[in-house]
Amino acid sequence: MTEQIFFFIFAALAVGSAIAVVSLRNPVHSVISLMVCFLQMAALFVLLRSPFIAVVQVFVYVGAVLVLFLFVIMMLDIHKASMERFVSGGQLGVIGLLVVLVIEMVLIVSKSKLAGISVASVTHLDGSVREIGEALFTKYILPFEVVSFILLVALLGAIVMGRKEVK
Amino acid sequence: MFELFISNPLVLMMIEVLVICIKVVVVTLVVFSLPLPLTYIERKVAGHIQVRLGPYRVGPHGILQPLADMIKLIFKEDIIPYKADPWLFKIAPIIAMVPAFAVFATIPFGEKVTIPFIDKEVTLYISDMDTGILYVLAIAGLSVYGIILGGWASNSKYALLGGLRSSAQMISYELALSFACIGVVMVVNSLSLVDIVRAQSGWHWNILYQPLGFVIFAIAGLAEINRIPFDLPEDEGTLGAGYHAEYSSMRFAFFMLTEYVAMVSMSVLMVILFFGGWDGPGFLPGIVWFLIKVAFIIYVIIWTRFTYPRYRYDQLMTIGWKILLPLSLLNILITGLVVI
Amino acid sequence: MLITYLPVLLIVGFVIFMATMVLFVNSLVSPKKPFREKLSPWECGMEPIGNADAGHFKVHFFVIAILFIVFDVETLFLFPWAVVLRDMGLVAFVEMFIFISILAIGLVYAWKKGALEWV
Repeated sequence: MTEQIFFFIFAALAVGSAIAVVSLRNPVHSVISLMVCFLQMAALFVLLRSPFIAVVQVFVYVGAVLVLFLFVIMMLDIHKASMERFVSGGQLGVIGLLVVLVIEMVLIVSKSKLAGISVASVTHLDGSVREIGEALFTKYILPFEVVSFILLVALLGAIVMGRKEVK
Repeated sequence: MFELFISNPLVLMMIEVLVICIKVVVVTLVVFSLPLPLTYIERKVAGHIQVRLGPYRVGPHGILQPLADMIKLIFKEDIIPYKADPWLFKIAPIIAMVPAFAVFATIPFGEKVTIPFIDKEVTLYISDMDTGILYVLAIAGLSVYGIILGGWASNSKYALLGGLRSSAQMISYELALSFACIGVVMVVNSLSLVDIVRAQSGWHWNILYQPLGFVIFAIAGLAEINRIPFDLPEDEGTLGAGYHAEYSSMRFAFFMLTEYVAMVSMSVLMVILFFGGWDGPGFLPGIVWFLIKVAFIIYVIIWTRFTYPRYRYDQLMTIGWKILLPLSLLNILITGLVVI
Repeated sequence: MLITYLPVLLIVGFVIFMATMVLFVNSLVSPKKPFREKLSPWECGMEPIGNADAGHFKVHFFVIAILFIVFDVETLFLFPWAVVLRDMGLVAFVEMFIFISILAIGLVYAWKKGALEWV
């Protein structure tokens, strides 16, 4: 009961801040809204009994990815950037497309296997780190090693692009 | 009748929530007022290191100086520059402040104590999270937003440069800090701060098992809380006052408060991770040992401030990325080889 | 027990409450006499030139942030690894050794390409 109230608070805040991300003119304000959104998602992960994922959400997305966003935005001329509109003209068409996409998403999600999944199958909070560790280094060892390659590629790409900018 | 009431699960739940609320209020208020004595101590230590008296006028030995400072700050005008982004400028100090306090949600100050009269056992930590140390690192990392947004919202060149520099510094050293913590986790095999302290009881302090990790943690910690020799964000010679150049009155005070709270939480973390938390000879209660250790580390940090000069910004980045990061990876590998 | 994470909300709420109260008191007692020179951004006493947020910053900050994200994700995998290492022994150690080595290549590359130089 109490849990549901909290769920609705977090969910409403998450959706509200997500709308703010796309509707605010100033990119820095959008980043703040995105931060609020990510924090609410972390809270939702806690409600789903996966505190480790929640902390990871804060650690990586809020703590690292958004810092990158802020750095990139601060390299722009903010006054120019906030004057430009995201969608120039054709507002009606965009809204129509949006409605179609929402209907499509609802249909797909309700028809697919995802709809039948029971979410709160885990009821304990403790020990999740250990469980994740054991699963990660036995069952999911290949994806884990592939992650390092993806990260390496991201790093090399950033350095190559960064060097070009300097020259 | 009373027994029945007490054993009702709903009532038990309410009592538990109430206890948590009380703990939260007590911890937050204590942490909120800690900067008052800390500023006094810092200035007094500075005075004596530099062979002068330090604050001496307000009250005996200047002991009321921080109170006078606080009253002065409250009565100052809250200036918002006309070029600033007013909304962000106003909330940036609060964004900086909240994570610094939120860290204390899982910090253990001691084991259980029994409160006399009502005979109820209370733990000396607000909650023991399974993700303890990772939570602390994640939340502490959020303080960077207050700084970078404060610098940006001021729309002043010095403030913005200070904010960017300090955020780049914080993220660089956060890596080494996390890696140093991983060394401790490898020894203890748990992320929970309470477990980490318990594993060290009986003089099995982690500083004995993780000497390199401790050195890395100490250096990265100093950089993370923007203290000398890493207080580049406030390099008054090149940046004015850094990210809070445009701030005045209480909002400026909030940034200062955040810095002192960050200093306290870093010292507390160091005691928990490397100095056995509340572990100590039995003639004093655990929490007293804990506070003594924390006070000593805070003193060392202040002492450092008036002993060493400041690094240059490129030196700072070199230390973070070329020395501390490889060293901390090496530390993890060595610890791994010893542990398995 | 979800109650473990309740204090986070409580602390955040309480700190925001205290901060607004202090700011409220401050707004009651502080003088308000703004004029243009007082409200202009500090630039050594000169008339400020242009906007600070026009984005003239080195791309270095961007590269540092990318490096940070990459190693932050690595940290994330290291934490569960550190918890289970003693139980799983050599296998987990070798797995992580490969993982760290691959990322170390990236660090060495960044080092050699001068991405870590700050001049």
